[in-house]
Amino acid sequence: MHVESLIRMANQIGAFFEAMPDHAEAVDGVANHLKKFWEPRMRRELLAEIDGGDAGPQLKGIVMEAINLHRASLTPH
Amino acid sequence: MLNHLNETDYGTPKRESEQEVTLEIDGNQVTVPKGTSLMRAAVDAGIQVPKLCATDSLEPFGSCRLCMVEIDGRKGFPASCTTPAEAGMKVRTQTPRLQELRKGVMELYISDHPLDCLTCSANGNCELQDMAGVTGLRNVRYGFDGANHIHSKKDESNPYFTYDPSKCIVCNRCVRACEETQGTFALTISGRGFDSRVSPGQDEPFMESECVSCGACVEACPTATLQEKSVIWLGQGEHSVITTCAYCGVGCSFKAEMKGSEVVRMVPWKDGKANEGHSCVKGRFAWGYATHKDRMLKPMIRKQITDPWQEVSWDEAVNYAASEFRRLQAKYGQDSIGGITSSRCTNEETYLVQKLVRAAFGNNNVDTCARVCHSPTGYGLKQTLGESAGTQDFKSVDKADVIMVIGANPTDGHPVFASRMKKRLRAGAKLIVVDPRRIEIVKSPHIQAAHHLQLRPGTNVAVITALAHVIVTEGLAADAFVAERCDSKSFGEWREFVSRAENSPEATQAATGVPADELRKAARLFATGGNGAIYYGLGVTEHSQGSTMVMGIANLAMVTGNVGREGVGVNPLRGQNNVQGSCDMGSFPHELPGYRHVSDATSRATFESAWGVTINPEPGLRIPNMFDAALSGGFKGLYCEGEDIVQSDPNTQHVAAAMMQMECVVVQDLFLNETAKYAHVFLPGSSFLEKDGTFTNAERRISRVRKVMPPKAGLADWEVTVKLANALGYPMNYASPKEIMAEIAALTPTFHGVSYEKLEKLGSVQWPCNDAAPDGTPTMHIDHFVRGKGKFIITQYVPTDEKVTRKFPLLLTTGRILSQYNVGAQTRRTENNQWHSEDRLEIHPHDAEERGIKTDDWVGIQSRAGETVLRAIVSERMQPGVVYTTFHFPESGANVITTDSSDWATNCPEYKVTAVQVMPVMQPSTWQQEYSRFSRVQQELLDARANVHESIPAK
Repeated sequence: MHVESLIRMANQIGAFFEAMPDHAEAVDGVANHLKKFWEPRMRRELLAEIDGGDAGPQLKGIVMEAINLHRASLTPH
Repeated sequence: MLNHLNETDYGTPKRESEQEVTLEIDGNQVTVPKGTSLMRAAVDAGIQVPKLCATDSLEPFGSCRLCMVEIDGRKGFPASCTTPAEAGMKVRTQTPRLQELRKGVMELYISDHPLDCLTCSANGNCELQDMAGVTGLRNVRYGFDGANHIHSKKDESNPYFTYDPSKCIVCNRCVRACEETQGTFALTISGRGFDSRVSPGQDEPFMESECVSCGACVEACPTATLQEKSVIWLGQGEHSVITTCAYCGVGCSFKAEMKGSEVVRMVPWKDGKANEGHSCVKGRFAWGYATHKDRMLKPMIRKQITDPWQEVSWDEAVNYAASEFRRLQAKYGQDSIGGITSSRCTNEETYLVQKLVRAAFGNNNVDTCARVCHSPTGYGLKQTLGESAGTQDFKSVDKADVIMVIGANPTDGHPVFASRMKKRLRAGAKLIVVDPRRIEIVKSPHIQAAHHLQLRPGTNVAVITALAHVIVTEGLAADAFVAERCDSKSFGEWREFVSRAENSPEATQAATGVPADELRKAARLFATGGNGAIYYGLGVTEHSQGSTMVMGIANLAMVTGNVGREGVGVNPLRGQNNVQGSCDMGSFPHELPGYRHVSDATSRATFESAWGVTINPEPGLRIPNMFDAALSGGFKGLYCEGEDIVQSDPNTQHVAAAMMQMECVVVQDLFLNETAKYAHVFLPGSSFLEKDGTFTNAERRISRVRKVMPPKAGLADWEVTVKLANALGYPMNYASPKEIMAEIAALTPTFHGVSYEKLEKLGSVQWPCNDAAPDGTPTMHIDHFVRGKGKFIITQYVPTDEKVTRKFPLLLTTGRILSQYNVGAQTRRTENNQWHSEDRLEIHPHDAEERGIKTDDWVGIQSRAGETVLRAIVSERMQPGVVYTTFHFPESGANVITTDSSDWATNCPEYKVTAVQVMPVMQPSTWQQEYSRFSRVQQELLDARANVHESIPAK
């Protein structure tokens, strides 16, 4: 996978949900979308990139918040 | 011989009225709705009144004078077609006096008509001939030596039909069909008296006139004046089969008139509910591709794409594919392969492909070409309304008062529905068009849009939110509807959002290019003009905010109370014939049939129990993800049925590079398409004429596809998938598509009531079709939304990353035109090329002049993804700064330019916005030169194919 694509796509998702006034709902929305629509390899790669320290600074705050909060459910088995 | 080909012609259209009148015709009591003509009432009473200028698809005209009748208490002989039935009337349709008068009329007609019935192409299907018989014409007192039109020159310019003036009786049916049925107004009667003749345009040949070759005039003609060339060549059919068109999402019903297993002509079926007897140039005439010499009829294999193809038996090809798929899974993992199905396939076929992927491959790596067109519709409507489908039937438009067309070009993309829409507009409905281009429907004969919001590409969401802003802040919302039907929390949040000043038309005008005043007027009209119906197309979905825009449309419909009854609704115009069906059938990597997420254990259990396998609860790869995974080395094998991803998907060079990384690409198609040039196994596909099944059109209407000829390569597509599943060790045992549909119905709640028996009985049915709605559901969300309360969702405008720059100062948007279809694999192999033989770049005169470009000049179009070269058309349909092209010809490379930018929710590509530069050039682009070389090599490898009888060992 191209990690740049994954970061761009994650930020697009974040840009949609961050407009919601209910912040908790928005954060859940981001995580839920990643969980329901991203194939495990895509999630795994994004998580690895975050863990490696490269992706975090490029990701929107709401995306990082969603990933940090829902890390367990986003991590493929 | 031909009786079964004929349908009852009631002479005049059906009238609807709550009042009925009872009268007596030839001694028979008959009761009809008020407004019904005497002619139609007579048919109801079992009596056919002689007629020539009347037919039930057209308003009565009263010119031929054959249908005259006698009415007690009335003088003269009124025409039964133009005389409404009245209570207590006593009508006689057959008397000696009437017979004499009719015979006299026929004498006049026949005195100027060639008496070549035995060699006439309409012999056996000619109303003039029939009327001569009915009126008892035995001689013509005037002789045949007077002035006549016998030697008039034929117009054979149209590739599909001939106009022979010598046989014209000037009944005006063709002219009226062009006006009333098609709405093009291309025909008129020129001259007077003896000189009266049908005239296309300004007395031009058909091909030089505005005629769009829909065939309505040919269908309406009672003689051989306008006749299909196929009938002239082959003669009349001897049996017919009702089937469904394989082109756009309108899903027209056709009567395939046959001689044995040869199609004589395709006639629009007037009982087909999607099209009610109308057609377009594609469905009516462009079916010759099915028997084109380019059809690939032998299975083929090769180890590498640089090897020559080898023709093998079906078993060898399928076994080779299966062994390769298993080898790849053993080497690279279970998720290293997947499948793609197509909206050009039947429901049964797409169901089988997703079943094969889930049950035999053991993953969810299945996707369909709806990914690149209407996947945002599925997502957006599911979130807001609760179901991934449009809300209405097509007929609903007849009751619309304000029609908003957003990002759709129905006269080209969905022409038969466009005709229906235009009819409603001519009857007084108002039109709002939201489109960057001045598409035909903005201003066409007797139609003028009340508002054309000519927005900048990529700003849909800003416009839809601004429309909502006006409605909410000016107090035009349907408060009672919203309070009763919608979720109050989400509405409150959304109302606050859209009311912000930043979402006003004045604030968004700079970005959208839409004058605030015009947008305000459009919003007011939509909110207050009565029934408001929204129709939209790929100009909505194919954006980075495609899903957001779909939700914005649903918001607008809900806030104005325009959901849940006839005449309103959210209506996605689906691009291909079975976009809706392929989505319904679980072709997406995250959904099982019936839009149930794979993570839902209950839904999985249903299928696991029926299929005897464990289903992966994680979503699979979407098409663009497959390409990315291939380039990363994690996706190695693909089963691609009926889809040409190399031509139709964006960023061609990226797609081609991904294809080159795969070790086993299996293509199942009619032709050796662009994708097949990268394939290792080719499995011959079957056209819609060669198989049974069903298609589901844009209005959720499930219609039968019926086999009219045997599969040319021996197997129908569903049989090939069954064979592949069995070779993979997963048993599939179906005797027919009917059994596949029975399984779909058993496992899918919205399809529980669907069966081939029901389709036979009803003709077609709109899902949901189950115990709650045994005859189907024309209008959805009537009393409540499928999700319970309608959910308003905030639609923040996020400008696309695809922005104009100094280097790329123009925006390219792509689309299609009337005569060609999608990647053109079908229509390019027909005479439709006479209308459109190459993709052109449309450019505004201002942009053209700045660059020194004239119509027909070669221009290079360059984006950050690639470059291609096309010829230019300078056109004021474009706005300055925006250029447009179609993608019907592979050598055009339209998708070499489009980028990997995609919808945030679904990855639907942003075909509609690509920043480009356009400059005059002298030679094809580097890509085009390489494409020519690669295509030539692949053709040579095909030409060098050998027929081997031993199988190739797996690698």
